[in-house]
Amino acid sequence: MSGQTQRLNVVPTVTMLGVVKARLVGATRGHALLKKKSDALTVQFRQILKKIVSTKESMGDIMKTSSFALTEAKYVAGDNIKHVVLENVREASLKVRSRQENVAGVKLPKFEYTNDGEVNKNDLTGLARGGQQVQQCRVAYIKAIEVLVELASLQTSFLTLDEAIKTTNRRVNALENVVKPRLENTISYIKGELDELEREDFFRLKKIQGYKNREIEKQMQSAKLFAEEQVAEKLALQRGISLNNAQNILSATAQKDEDIIF
Amino acid sequence: MANRAQIPTKNSALIAMIADEDTVVGFLLAGVGNVDLRRKTNYLIVDSKTTVKQIEDAFKEFTTREDIAIVLISQYVANMIRFLVDSYNKPVPAILEIPSKDHPYDPAHDSVLSRVKYLFSAESVASGRR
Repeated sequence: MSGQTQRLNVVPTVTMLGVVKARLVGATRGHALLKKKSDALTVQFRQILKKIVSTKESMGDIMKTSSFALTEAKYVAGDNIKHVVLENVREASLKVRSRQENVAGVKLPKFEYTNDGEVNKNDLTGLARGGQQVQQCRVAYIKAIEVLVELASLQTSFLTLDEAIKTTNRRVNALENVVKPRLENTISYIKGELDELEREDFFRLKKIQGYKNREIEKQMQSAKLFAEEQVAEKLALQRGISLNNAQNILSATAQKDEDIIF
Repeated sequence: MANRAQIPTKNSALIAMIADEDTVVGFLLAGVGNVDLRRKTNYLIVDSKTTVKQIEDAFKEFTTREDIAIVLISQYVANMIRFLVDSYNKPVPAILEIPSKDHPYDPAHDSVLSRVKYLFSAESVASGRR
């Protein structure tokens, strides 16, 4: 995977620093909340799992009793009730209602079985012989259906919770391992750039100060020289000579003087 | 946010069955069977003459029908179409494996419990209890 912890490409300004810091705070809070949600879902998951295991076992027992009741009924009422029952199928009188329950933020389906209460065609089965066995068998199977419906709703909530836990864990891991390091890297990059800009400014300032100081010193030096020359001139004038003029006369012999013949 | 498969809130959904004759007769006696106008039933009786293709088709049909909420399937029938049952991962309709008279319940083969086994290897649910 390329660049697991890169940083975002941003302009390193102070505003961006504030923005990215706010995002980091949001990511941290989201991470904590999602972790709590994942823990709550896992607790529910474990509970449902235990219930599923116990219900499956009881389901096995109940199916055994109902098969036994069916065998009794067949024995008593004759093998023909199979065909009678098969012929009698019209509309289902036992139906299932599905609702949604909200558990820790996840919508779980829940099944309830309803007896639609229509006249059961099978009420007259076994009227010839073995009516009581047939009714008992029917009661046993209705009980079995109850357990089965409960088991079905447990199973669907189990599967839905499984999915939900996987997505939540994926988000938690993504926040923890990708988003937060990226934001932190971006923050340190911006801080680094800001520091460097500050250092540049500081350096520039210092350099300019240095120039300025040197200029001032030079000026002070030349001012001092000038002042000393002034003092010397004043002294010379008092003695009747101008130092300057004396120098000029000396240097004038270098040029041709018309008054001098030779 | 996380509900791609919308779980419908329905008021009357049927229970489908793919099992051997005795089990289906018992459930029909209880009143679970439904035959609609087009003579489509919500059960399939599996005997020695039923082909695997028929069972597969019935399974696929039951799981795509909108009005079926639960599919009961005998465990030995489920073993015949194990790959279909194992690759089925929609929450609705729920697939339940029931034992039959000749084949008592075997938790080691149940598709849901075997998935659970991967998750909780410490408390091994499906590998027999002492």
